[in-house]
Order: sequence, then C-alpha cells, then structure tokens
Amino acid sequence: MVPPPFLILTARLPRDPHLKYEADPSQDGPEVDDLLDAELVDAIRKDFPILDRKMREDQRLVYLDNAATSQRPTQVVEAMRRYQQESNANVHRGIHQLAEEATETYEQAHADVAAFVGAEGMECVAFTKNTTEAINLVAQGWGLTNLEPEDAILVTELEHHANLVPWQQVADRTGAELRHVALTDDGRLDRASFHDQLDEDVALLAVSQVSNVLGTVNPVEAMTEAAHDVDARVLVDAAQSVPHMPVDVGEIGCDWLTFSGHKMLGPTGIGVLAGRREALEETEPLLFGGEMIRRVTKDEAEWAEMPWCFEAGTPPMTEAVGLSQAIDYVERIGREAIHEHSRELAARCQRRLEEVGCEVYGPAPEHRSALVSFNVPGIHPHDLASIIDDDGVAIRAGHHCAMPLMDHLGVAATARASFYIYNTEEDIDVLVNGIERAEEVMSVEEDGR
Amino acid sequence: MVDATDLYQEIIMDHTKSPRNYEHLADADHEAQGDNPLCGDELTVYIKLDDGKVTDVTFEADGCAISTASASVMTEAVEGRDIDDVEELVETFKNLVTGEEDANAIDPAELGDLAALRNVQNFPTRVKCATLSWHTLQAALNGRDEPVTTE
Ligand SMILES: Cc1ncc(COP(=O)(O)O)c(C=O)c1O
Repeated sequence: MVPPPFLILTARLPRDPHLKYEADPSQDGPEVDDLLDAELVDAIRKDFPILDRKMREDQRLVYLDNAATSQRPTQVVEAMRRYQQESNANVHRGIHQLAEEATETYEQAHADVAAFVGAEGMECVAFTKNTTEAINLVAQGWGLTNLEPEDAILVTELEHHANLVPWQQVADRTGAELRHVALTDDGRLDRASFHDQLDEDVALLAVSQVSNVLGTVNPVEAMTEAAHDVDARVLVDAAQSVPHMPVDVGEIGCDWLTFSGHKMLGPTGIGVLAGRREALEETEPLLFGGEMIRRVTKDEAEWAEMPWCFEAGTPPMTEAVGLSQAIDYVERIGREAIHEHSRELAARCQRRLEEVGCEVYGPAPEHRSALVSFNVPGIHPHDLASIIDDDGVAIRAGHHCAMPLMDHLGVAATARASFYIYNTEEDIDVLVNGIERAEEVMSVEEDGR
Repeated sequence: MVDATDLYQEIIMDHTKSPRNYEHLADADHEAQGDNPLCGDELTVYIKLDDGKVTDVTFEADGCAISTASASVMTEAVEGRDIDDVEELVETFKNLVTGEEDANAIDPAELGDLAALRNVQNFPTRVKCATLSWHTLQAALNGRDEPVTTE
C-alpha cells in the first residue's frame, strides 16, 4: 500500500511523547506565536479530501466550524476501514484469534488516550458516546449518589448546555444548590465571583477548560487547586481544549476530564471520561448490562474492574481505533504547534473582524483559544451564515448550546468562526470578503441599519 | 442553483428594515410566543378578533431577516380575514416555503408580498425561520398556552 501522504512528513516531525504544556493558563498565557509552516499545512490539507470538495458553484470549501466538529484525515478513516474489514470481532468475549486481536486493539486505544491526556493508566480512561454522555456519567454516577441538600454545585456562566443541564438535574433531584461563576466584561471568569462562591459547601466544581463561544481559556489548574482546598471534586470539560492544546489530567489535578473524539480529527460516536483513580472509583456506572460485570447471579451482580464497569454493552470498537489514529495524527504535529497555529488564526481573524466593524465577543487574544464569536452590526448571524455559504464558507450561527451565555452577552445569537490545523490566512480573507458582500446584499449602511 | 442572495430581495429587505405592525398590542384577545431553539430567535404574535375576523394583528421579534420579514408580511396578509381563511392561508404559506407542488402552482399575483419568500424552499435550514411566525399565529388563534417551537 502507498503510505498515506502525511507519513512522509514524519521525518521532519519527530514525535516527542514527553511534550508538556509549559504555559500556566492562570498567567497571561503564552505569546501568540506563528502559524504552522505553509508547506506542512499544504501536506496536512492533502490528508483531508473533503477540503477538495467543491461547494455550490465551484467554490472552495472554507471550513470554519471546527468547534462543532472537525474533519477527519484519511489516516483515521483508513484505520477504521482496515479494522472493520480485517480485524473486526467483539471484544472481551471470544477466544478466537480475531477476538483476541480486537480486544488488544481496543485496550490499546485506552492506553493511547491515557498517555495523550496524562491519565494514570488505561483503567482511568472510559469510552462513552461523546462528551455529553461522559458528563452525564459523572452527574448521575457520582452527583446523584453523593450530593445532599446542604451541598452546592459550582458551574460557570459560560458552560455549554452539556456541562450545565446535567448539573441542573442533579441539583433538582438531590436538593443541592446550583451556583454560577460570573463573567467579566471581556468574557473571562470573574476571579472574585469564583472565590466568593467557593466555600465549604461546594462539593463539586464543573468548568470547561475552553469556552466554545468565547474561546476563553480558563485557569482550570488554579481553580482545581482552590476547589480541592475546600474538598470539592472537580470536573473539567475539555471538549474544546483537547483538540488544540496539551491537556494533562495529572497537571490540572482534576478528578474527571471529558472530551469527544469528533472535535479532534476522530470519529463521532466516541467520547472519553478520564480521571483520577480515586474519583473514578467513587463513580457508579451509568449503564448496566453485559461487559460491565464480573459475576452475575439471579438477583445481583458485581461490577467488572475499571474502566470496563463504565462500558456496558458492545463498545465503540471501530471508533476507538479511529480515535487512536487521530491521537497519533495530532501528536505528530504536536499540540503546542497546533495551539499556536489555531490561536494565531483566531487572533488575526479577531483583528480583521474588528477592522471591518464587527462586534467580537470574548477576551483579548492572549486569553483566547481557537475561535472567534462575533456579530456584524445590522445583520443577524443566520442571514450572514446563509449569504457566506454561497462563498463556500461554513461558519456556525446560533446560540451554540450556551443560552445563558447569550443572555449574558445580551444577544439571541452570534456567528462563530473556529479554526484548526488545515485552516489558513486565506480562509480569513474569504470570510472577511464574504462579510463585506453580505453587507452589500443586506444593504447595511455604515450605521448598521 | 439559487444563491442565498436571492433570499434577500428588495421586498424582503423592506419588510425587515421597516417591519409592519411591529408593536405590542395591549388589548389583544389572543397572543402566543414562538421560538426557534436552533438559533434562539423569539417572536410574539398578538391578535384581536371580532365576529370571527382578524381585526388587528401585530408582532414583536428578535430574529433574522427572514423571520422578521415573514412575520411582517404575514400580519399584512391576514388582517381583515376570516379565521377559516387564515387557517387556509397558513397552510398555503407552509406549502410554499417547503416547496410542496400545489403551492408552486399558485399564481404569484394571488400571493402578493408572500411570493417573495418562495425562494426559502431552496434553503431547508431557513424554512423554520420563515414559518416561525405562522406557527405562532396558529397557536395564538387556537389559544394554546404553551410557547410553540419550530422543533
Ligand atoms: C465545551 C463543550 N462541551 C461539551 C460539548 C458537547 O460535546 P458532544 O456534543 O460531543 O457531546 C461541546 C460541543 O459541542 C462543547 O463545545
């Protein structure tokens, strides 16, 4: 077989498994550095055939909806195809050769994820359907069984519904109080509000590492330390951070960490709950049935060891193979380099949008990750998205599953451009030209009407 | 292929920028709220009835150009009509923007400004924007208390 195009590049891209994120996100954040080498981006783009697709009337696809879901490289798709056609069998069940191979592959995927996010071992990594299910696993498997009316759950005003609604439910059913960390005017977590509300009653802090609307990078390490000082457990929703920056469960110190495969070049249908051993041991399974048991009698059952006790039923085997391959792809480029690239694009995009009179939400580039939410005065984001779709530009328009945050911003919706490894400065040009064209189409005057 | 630009004809932009009957109707007999969970758009329709006829209809909205224009056009189209007539018009309009065949056979002259929204049928993601006010109108007429959604 011809080697996939990307493999040719690996000679220039030594893989360093010990790369660690140096910057302390509680500080001012690393300097916004440079984009990935143009040659490398060209090579990367060749791994994503969808980027060659012609949109509408022959337009190049400018995919700026990566925060919703990324595209997948040939290597990921190919690994999944190979697994299905060459090694497929159910895991943990058979003693034939295929079953053995499948089991080994599936367990290796857990080990790969553990290494990727710095979990203690593969027993500290459970596969779920997505981030949402991983958070629900903790909400129901730990929250419902551990929280009481005198406890408080601390979330923030910038959470995705996936990290808010499950906690509303837990609060509702246990009688625990739900508290929200307020935001500063520039869309960062308000330090005073956090410390004011973090008292001895708080039993759980649930916070995202990167906001999917504002792009804010939250100081989860410092927040975890403060929460642990009052004996609270901490869940970090890393759905938007893991695809871009080095994330290490051990360094953050959090109890649980969640993310999705599909936002980091992997397939849909697989998410991850990783965590600290003791916290996972306190977490009850969400689903019951086959695969998650050690022994079953007519009346009761004993759970299998971690992580299998969290994975009832036939698990996402093919997706696990895809996720492993996605991790490999990401690691070959290196997450520092990816983060610099996507942050630099977001910073340039922010600057360009402000230059053409857009309102940009969220913090300055040094506190921001890979995305920019904005509005064009006088144009509803829905209309903008429709018009620039004619130019082949895919952006997100709406409330981004963060309605309380929209209320805070005082808008019903925003437009959002989110970047990844295959995006280029030209993509921003096309976006900005599209915005100018939309202003013509909607005949918006200078004053926004 | 139809461009999104074709969605924003002059008539639409005129209704978007100067929506007709855009006010709170304090003495409405019926009102209903609608929202589109996809984009967070919200809209309220107010109606006054007299002897089975819509004598006054207004709306307030926080939404995109298509949903605002559609609501504005709608208020002009239903004012003065019998309720039964309105129900029929709602169905016609829904068929029009979803691209049902019989609706495409309708003479544009009969539809007036409504015809300008016909292009929405080429943009499945925008159909909900165009129909939100109409669903809400129906809910108000049927006296449903629950807010309607486009989902
Ligand atoms: C911050 C954040 N948390 C959670 C989610 C939910 O992820 P999923 O839909 O894969 O469960 C998303 C993605 O939409 C997100 O951006």
